[in-house]
Amino acid sequence: MSALRRYIDKIKPNVEEGGKFHLFKSTFEAFETFLFVPNTVTKSGTHIRDAMDMKRTMFLVVIAMIPALLFGIWNTGYHHFLALGIDASFWEMIWYGFIRVFPIIVVSYVVGLGTEFVFAQIRGHEVAEGFLVSGMLIPLVMPVDVPLWMVALATVFAVIIGKEVFGGVGMNILNPALTARAFLFFAYPSQMSGDAVWIGGLRRGMETVDGFSGATILGQAAQNNSEFVNGIGEAYSSWNMFLGNIPGSIGETSTLAILLGAFILIATGVGSWKIIFSVFAGGAVMGLLLNTFAVNEFMEVPFWEHLLLGGFAFGAVFMATDPVSATQSERGKWIYGFLIGFLAILIRVLNPAYPEGVMLAILLMNVFAPLIDHYVVENNIRKRLKRAKVQA
Amino acid sequence: MENLINIFVKSIFIDNMIFAYFLGMCSYLAVSKTVKTSTGLGIAVIFVLGFTVPINYLIENYILSEGALSWLSPKLAEVDLSFLSFIMFIAVIASMVQLVEMVIEKFTPSLYSSLGIFLPLIAVNCAILGGALFMQEREYANIAEATSFALGSGVGWFLAIVGIAAIREKIRYSNVPPALRGLGITFIITGLMGIAFMSFMGIKL
Repeated sequence: MSALRRYIDKIKPNVEEGGKFHLFKSTFEAFETFLFVPNTVTKSGTHIRDAMDMKRTMFLVVIAMIPALLFGIWNTGYHHFLALGIDASFWEMIWYGFIRVFPIIVVSYVVGLGTEFVFAQIRGHEVAEGFLVSGMLIPLVMPVDVPLWMVALATVFAVIIGKEVFGGVGMNILNPALTARAFLFFAYPSQMSGDAVWIGGLRRGMETVDGFSGATILGQAAQNNSEFVNGIGEAYSSWNMFLGNIPGSIGETSTLAILLGAFILIATGVGSWKIIFSVFAGGAVMGLLLNTFAVNEFMEVPFWEHLLLGGFAFGAVFMATDPVSATQSERGKWIYGFLIGFLAILIRVLNPAYPEGVMLAILLMNVFAPLIDHYVVENNIRKRLKRAKVQA
Repeated sequence: MENLINIFVKSIFIDNMIFAYFLGMCSYLAVSKTVKTSTGLGIAVIFVLGFTVPINYLIENYILSEGALSWLSPKLAEVDLSFLSFIMFIAVIASMVQLVEMVIEKFTPSLYSSLGIFLPLIAVNCAILGGALFMQEREYANIAEATSFALGSGVGWFLAIVGIAAIREKIRYSNVPPALRGLGITFIITGLMGIAFMSFMGIKL
């Protein structure tokens, strides 16, 4: 450890003001603060000391995503071998999932962090930690068969247009990971939706068992099937949807794993339980409404299954709670979350163009979050003025 | 009644003037600096649309379109004045805007001065003429449908401008690259909002 510290101290003068590699100051700083707690002290004003800095917050979110990631890796392998009709062992499934999922994660982190470093260098600000989370979220919301160059392209788009043009972490208006997914969804719809993209290797023309279909449950529901079946025709129960051995994007399928993550986020105070709870409430209300006025099979899908299907739980726990793009006011969080859940189910069921509405519902509410905050604040001001007048 | 609600909701979200047709961009980009002024402009646009489209509907159906004059005398059944529709629509819109301008100047002078030149410019706001022309093109069955379309379009435009104004208030302290400050970042935000509004494209009501 002390050898590393000495080495860093030795090269430090080179990047200080006037040094040879002054240009790389922010890159150097990023690595230095990653390795050691910086010894800079505050110079003015009052400060609160807290161990919970940005890096820890971001790492906690990444840790909360690990159950969903591990499950996604297993699920990728499980569906691959199901399509091939081979009885594979647990470790074979994990290994296959790993070699498919790991490259996506690597590409997302390398490309995204690379873009961040370049921007930090040019604009002379510090490299912020925000991408640690986005870099993990992007792979988890991709279908497993997505080409790697697309992941790279979407990541660059999300980091530059979604975040850096607004000035970097903490100033963006849309969730960067969802921006990446929406970009791919509209730019390359055939690689981002349909029946073939959710199973590893299916698009490359591998030999599957006869009659195999990779359709997701929501895809089947959109065709007005009331019986949901897996690739080889066995029926799914609500229990499958909860555990998550169903086709879908890498990290979104298992509600159980996501709830584990939600528990970590809420217990550590990183994610807002108000948002998570109200998203589920909004979804349940819309689901109930649709059940009541059902005119086709899709509308008859029981409302609790809507909460288990697709990316609903993932979006509620990891996307909607993004503290930057969500509403800031406490009452605003209830409104924001409720509308996300409500709109997500509405788009999912009533819009035939998209089989899944969570992504767009969250983006839409990201757009309107500042407006909600504005009205909540105005309302508070008005109420307090009234109270002040009454007393005076 | 159900039909009217459908048209209303559809013109707010699905056929949104800003995000589906990119109409009325000039004042949308220029006046969206604060929520307060954009609320005022948005309400003015709802008001102007809500009056001009029904009036234009009557003009279109009883004066301009082919055979519309037959209520005067059967001899006029062959007359087709639809080549006059642009100039008639604009005349109605311009006079309506004059009226709104006088009302706002009288009752809220502060809003009047903060809207500045963009208030009279509602007369050439493409969303207003666009509303009249869409009304003509879509051939609404009666005046109630045309009115509900007009109010819906106005509310859609209002939502868009108030939404972006709130975002612009929020990013006022953001460290936007100098070259993008002002209009540049507003265009990017509009594009991102357009992606979010894609959620409604394709809903059939």
